[in-house]
Amino acid sequence: MYDVIGHVSRVLGPVVHASGVKRAKMLELVEVGEDRLIGEIVRLDGDAVTIQVYEDTTGLAPGSAVYGSGMPLSVELGPGLIGSIYDGVQRPLEAIKAQAGVFIPRGMRAAPLNRERKWLFTPSVQKGDKVQPGQVLGTVQETERILHKVLVPPMVSGKIKSIQSESEYTIQDTICILESENDEIPLTLLQRWPVRRPRPIQERLASNIPLITGQRVIDTLFPVAKGGTVAVPGGFGTGKTMVQHQIAKWSDADVVVYIGCGERGNEMTNVLNEFPKLVDPRTGRPLMERTVMIANTSNMPVAAREASIYTGITIAEYYRDQGYHVAIMADSTSRWAEALRELSGRMEEMPAEEGFPAYLPTLLAEFYERAGMVNTLNGEQGSITIIGAVSPPGGDFSEPVTQHTKRFIRAFWALDRDLANARHYPAISWLDSYSEYIDDVSGWWQEQGDHNWAELRSVMMDLLQKEERLQQVVKLVGADVLPDTQRLILEVCTMFKNTFLQQSAFDKIDTYSTVEKQVKMLKIIVTFYQMGLAAIQQGATLIKVRRLKVVHDIIRMKFSIANDESDKLDALQDRLEREMKRLGDIYASFA
Amino acid sequence: MPVSHDALTVREYQGIQQVVGPLIFVDKIHNVGYNELVEIRCPDGEERLGVVLESKEGAAVIQVFEGTTNLSLSETSVRFRGEPLKLPVTRDMLGRVFDGLGRPTDGGPNPISDKRRDVNGQPVNPTARLYPTKFIQTGISAIDGMNTLVRGQKLPVFSGSGLPHNKVAAQIVRQAKIVDEDVSFAIVFAAMGVKHDVARYFVRNFEETGVLENVVMFLSLADAPSVERLITPRTALTMAEYLAFEENMHVLVILTDMTNYCEALREISTIRGEIPSRKGYPGYLYSDLASLYERAGMVEGSTGSITQVPILTMPNDDISHPVPDLTGYITEGQIVLERELSQRGVYPPIAGLPSLSRLMKDGIGPGMTREDHAHIASQLFAAYAKVKDVRALASVIGEEELTPLDHTYLKFGEAFEKDFLSQNETEDRSIEQTLDLGWKVISLLPKEELARVTDEEIGKFYGQ
Ligand SMILES: Nc1ncnc2c1ncn2[C@@H]1O[C@H](COP(=O)(O)OP(=O)(O)OP(=O)(O)O)[C@@H](O)[C@H]1O
Ligand SMILES: [Mg+2]
Repeated sequence: MYDVIGHVSRVLGPVVHASGVKRAKMLELVEVGEDRLIGEIVRLDGDAVTIQVYEDTTGLAPGSAVYGSGMPLSVELGPGLIGSIYDGVQRPLEAIKAQAGVFIPRGMRAAPLNRERKWLFTPSVQKGDKVQPGQVLGTVQETERILHKVLVPPMVSGKIKSIQSESEYTIQDTICILESENDEIPLTLLQRWPVRRPRPIQERLASNIPLITGQRVIDTLFPVAKGGTVAVPGGFGTGKTMVQHQIAKWSDADVVVYIGCGERGNEMTNVLNEFPKLVDPRTGRPLMERTVMIANTSNMPVAAREASIYTGITIAEYYRDQGYHVAIMADSTSRWAEALRELSGRMEEMPAEEGFPAYLPTLLAEFYERAGMVNTLNGEQGSITIIGAVSPPGGDFSEPVTQHTKRFIRAFWALDRDLANARHYPAISWLDSYSEYIDDVSGWWQEQGDHNWAELRSVMMDLLQKEERLQQVVKLVGADVLPDTQRLILEVCTMFKNTFLQQSAFDKIDTYSTVEKQVKMLKIIVTFYQMGLAAIQQGATLIKVRRLKVVHDIIRMKFSIANDESDKLDALQDRLEREMKRLGDIYASFA
Repeated sequence: MPVSHDALTVREYQGIQQVVGPLIFVDKIHNVGYNELVEIRCPDGEERLGVVLESKEGAAVIQVFEGTTNLSLSETSVRFRGEPLKLPVTRDMLGRVFDGLGRPTDGGPNPISDKRRDVNGQPVNPTARLYPTKFIQTGISAIDGMNTLVRGQKLPVFSGSGLPHNKVAAQIVRQAKIVDEDVSFAIVFAAMGVKHDVARYFVRNFEETGVLENVVMFLSLADAPSVERLITPRTALTMAEYLAFEENMHVLVILTDMTNYCEALREISTIRGEIPSRKGYPGYLYSDLASLYERAGMVEGSTGSITQVPILTMPNDDISHPVPDLTGYITEGQIVLERELSQRGVYPPIAGLPSLSRLMKDGIGPGMTREDHAHIASQLFAAYAKVKDVRALASVIGEEELTPLDHTYLKFGEAFEKDFLSQNETEDRSIEQTLDLGWKVISLLPKEELARVTDEEIGKFYGQ
């Protein structure tokens, strides 16, 4: 199939040198040795090349042949991606299991997309139509919830010479022939795209629609817009993966691409077990029907880990180009950066900070740049939201990956070790986190109902800041010396942390909250503060405010009131107002 | 200079070019494979083993596991085996003792088997894993109640020098059982750079428990060459994989001390002149550790399992040191031993807050432990976190200035450490006992403070 373009001269783990090479291109996909290990040319130097090999090179000896493919590392795009699980270079793990069993041996090969399966294709263009890049040729119902739009590939345009009628086709059947200036281009449901090159779009748009995650601390305090970028840094065990899983489960994205990049095998297994059973509350369909998984676990070859990020984002772009809102999770970008570092070290490049290559920030920037809300080539709106976990050594955010990432993201969910240790989950720090999307999305929240989201939010944020300062005092002299008006702030913040910010991923009801539930809960807590303050100012004591009967139910509202029972939250709000008013009235009558 | 002249089987060469630490350089050889096994014959006839770390045209860099002491350039010969290091595996190895490379050291015969496995293993296909969910009762409240171990989990013990990690590990080995189940089990014990008396302590423990015939030991003790430690956990895990996935046994793997393993890795890396990342450890330490720790779990097509309990000492008790840090990033939680608790006489000194079991949630609850387990554990964590805050406050403003509620928390904290955490080395508590104890100590706090348990649970268990 491929031609011999040279021979191996040196093997150094995943980095292989070859000499006597003719006709090699930078980033060309190659195969190495008898086992035909897949690799990519990462350096050209006269007739010598350096190859990054995606598989274990045990047993590979100098003198082995190197085969050129003439094309760059690419992914296959087409119906069948959804619900699949791939390794970092898009090898389908289910198919590999069928061939090889429990372990993944070297040199395994399987087509990413099923060649036999037939898809019902419905054309939406006619013979003679002129079509542009990115235009929809027809559709395939890929899963119950994803209507797969078959697009004219970017860079291709012309007149439809023939188009197949509605019927079932495999991904390799020609469904359309395009006539361009001087040749004919047959098109299939299957396309390829080089992973390191962003797919073209028409234009970037500003984004003011939040990605709703159902996680209260995120949606309410540190929201991300669709098309936005977020980093989730945190030491081990602080909850990065849980945050990513929760968003993969409950966010209102159309398509989710989940990249397990150098992390645990069991975590991928967990997703594979849960997602087919969990039902998306918005569509009532199993979550697997919108999910693509890339699993290059920590014990899989490190070069393929480097590639996994690009494989994932290219698939995300493909669905964005169909007009979908895609959320992509990369767990963890630090493992990707470490893969870069390892490869760079073996290539004997000059290191910059902590051994990372000097081009790390450039690559990070390029990756996060592939997020965004856009007008697709077809003139539809689509978006990619990137949520990247960062695993700083020792949990220290001053290290290079966290610091450089911060330059390219607009929301930062800082996970805090002390919160995690106290089992305050999600351990997203309300002091160290930020979101630059608050103003962008507040209009959307306003439209959701009559609540003033932005105002409630800022009341609460303000109280949290005040509490932080009061805690400094408390740490020195105890809480007793504070007046009740200030102790009320401590009280309300504790209530807010326990009942609102803490959210158990394992509780059936609490695992996600609708927008409506979030705002109503927030309003109850803010009301508790405002009316409580008024009551205290009228003469009531903090003890009286704290002992109101309604408090017991407020503290349990997240568990006891389901998402579809928002009338119960209204009732709770009424009760709170009544009890507070009664308390205030007692003292008002003395005044 | 080839010793044999048959062009195709020329695999052995007399003379080497250079020796640097545990590495040797040879040239004028055939093209050898990366990671290939090499037999090295010393001038005095002693045989050693090594692997190809780097292969060039007609040359190779070899890492010698037993070290390079006594090698000479001209009188040393090397033989390339054409395959990576493989371990013969059979059930007969149960009850036996081997060195880090899998050679018997108990005077018994070499194990004979037609099954020989590459010690480097292969990655498990994530689609072929079975998610671990079976509760293992260790009889230790701090573990069972708050950091539950499940079958197939990798849960390390983070310790410090002088802390009783061996005692805790031995207690786990003695008491670990799956409630209501009788299954065939095995223990694979790998020692890297630990002292003879530590190994002896474990052996005595295995003897006393009567499990010695179910134990396979791979010992690369403190006086063995440090490079051998690099292969020791790999031979051990190769054995474990065979027993678990081919012989369907439940295998508990103890790896001690992983810090010694990492130091050996650092040593090689430094000699090779690689660019270090933190504290001189190589940038690939994470991937390297993952290639060990990920060899735990359960897989389709077999009823066995590998549960890993690696032990490591944190240099300076520093949990952010690269060894515990990168371990924590790979394992499914950690049991942290705390010097302060130990000094106050608490055994086992399992730190309340930094310890964590990530697989706990799927192994507990009705039908597995008890319906209140998740909530009472969460409540204990929350309350104990509060205790820590109150203690910090008390150390500044003095106990007299604390509120009555704060005092109640202090009382709870003491009871928690004395009655719940502490137990005898031989005390084997059932999960019911553990949970009841949890309720007993939490009932020192007023009901209103218990926001993480339900009203029904309070009704049923509070103050009972
Ligand atoms: N929202 C949550 N609800 C309940 N438990 C949580 C939540 N978030 C985190 N946890 C707990 O914290 C543990 C660790 O979380 P997670 O695995 O996400 O950490 P991580 O930051 O990804 O760690 P690592 O970097 O080592 O992968 C989980 O196993 C779970 O027990
Ligand atoms: Mg994680």
